[in-house]
Amino acid sequence: MSAPLLQLQAAVLGWQQPCCGPLNLTLGRGEVLGLVGPNGAGKSTLLAALAGRARIFSGVLKVAPGATIVLQTQNPPPLEGLPLSGRDLLALTEASAQGLPDWLAGRLDERLDQLSGGQRHFLALWAILQSAGDLVLLDEPTNHLDAAGVAYLAAHLRERVALGAGLLLVSHDSDFVAMVCDRVLHLEAFDGL
Amino acid sequence: MAFDLFLLPFLTGLALAVLLPLLGCYLRLRQQWLAALAYAQMAAAGALTAAVVALPALLGGLLAASLAGLLRPLSARRLSGMAGDVLLLLAGWAASVLLVAHWPQAERLGHSLFDGQLYFAGERELGLALMALLLALLWLYRGHRGLLLAQLWPDLQRLRGQALWPSQVGFDVLVALCLAVATLGLGVMAVFALAFIPPWLAFRRQRNWRQALGYAVLLAVLAYGLAFALALSLDLPFGPVLALLLVIGAVFIA
Repeated sequence: MSAPLLQLQAAVLGWQQPCCGPLNLTLGRGEVLGLVGPNGAGKSTLLAALAGRARIFSGVLKVAPGATIVLQTQNPPPLEGLPLSGRDLLALTEASAQGLPDWLAGRLDERLDQLSGGQRHFLALWAILQSAGDLVLLDEPTNHLDAAGVAYLAAHLRERVALGAGLLLVSHDSDFVAMVCDRVLHLEAFDGL
Repeated sequence: MAFDLFLLPFLTGLALAVLLPLLGCYLRLRQQWLAALAYAQMAAAGALTAAVVALPALLGGLLAASLAGLLRPLSARRLSGMAGDVLLLLAGWAASVLLVAHWPQAERLGHSLFDGQLYFAGERELGLALMALLLALLWLYRGHRGLLLAQLWPDLQRLRGQALWPSQVGFDVLVALCLAVATLGLGVMAVFALAFIPPWLAFRRQRNWRQALGYAVLLAVLAYGLAFALALSLDLPFGPVLALLLVIGAVFIA
């Protein structure tokens, strides 16, 4: 069995102060792990710690040596007022347009701020998902998406992990979590150490 | 005869008319468009200070602008929005006015910095403008993706282990140095007009990044060429003519 892509052992995470943990989890290649729990439980803090923005106060947070990480945050990229097309966006992360749903594939040359919020969100998500990365971190990916977008995303996530990536998914959308995750970890509200 | 006399100034301004809208597009992307005016004003203050202490104006301009380019990213962590740019701008303006008011050698240079002294550009100014253009083109060729990524997905570069300094302090220092060279050639407000108006229009009208860069440069070069001919034939100061043409063009196009 290969070493896990991501391993947390009694990890206490936070910003100025600890705000979640101690957390224990492992994530391997080809696996989708869902993180659910109430607001403030530290789901996004865990992703921020992996991105190097939040602090690890104690315990172990280990990413497999050489593994690359890509992260989609809850905040969409600020595209309003910028002369950027969908093709520009994909080129930035070296993401392929192949496999995009028909309702977006034909609009890649349009300005991004002329697309709907859902289309823009999906394209930004696609740019991250299709970029090279072993460990894919997604924070509330179904925000702004309609039912068709959610269904397409779910199918695509399974394709992505089938190619060997590991996926850590934070979401309040329980149906989506049930649809795509192999395992689900419930985080509890932090009550101090 | 007149062609020979004004060829070097024309080419100097042309190089700057390509350089400034390109930098302006990236400043606008980073919501730093006011930094163009702040750096130009700081470069002017540095050049005037150098003139007062009998040092080369260019040296003073480059030093003051690069200092501002180093300080601005640091201050941006503590000052929200464009507050840092406003403070730099006001400091540069106040220092310039005080220097011009009290020292005759600063007064002479001050007029040319605010009116633009392009017609006196020679081989040295042309060489500096071409060097600044070449440096900026190389930097943007290698670093344009990093600048866009830093704005759209700030985490991605860090996660990929890529150096962050080129898209943070490095870009600010590059812009500050280029604007110092441009300010000594074109004057403060002409520099700001070229770095602000063509990118602003390009951001409104173009559909992708490459088109926006091309459109901004095209507008700037057209306005520059027209302003050069008009100011020369009507014996007017170059800077205000260029700024006025860009404003009229902006109102018409926008």
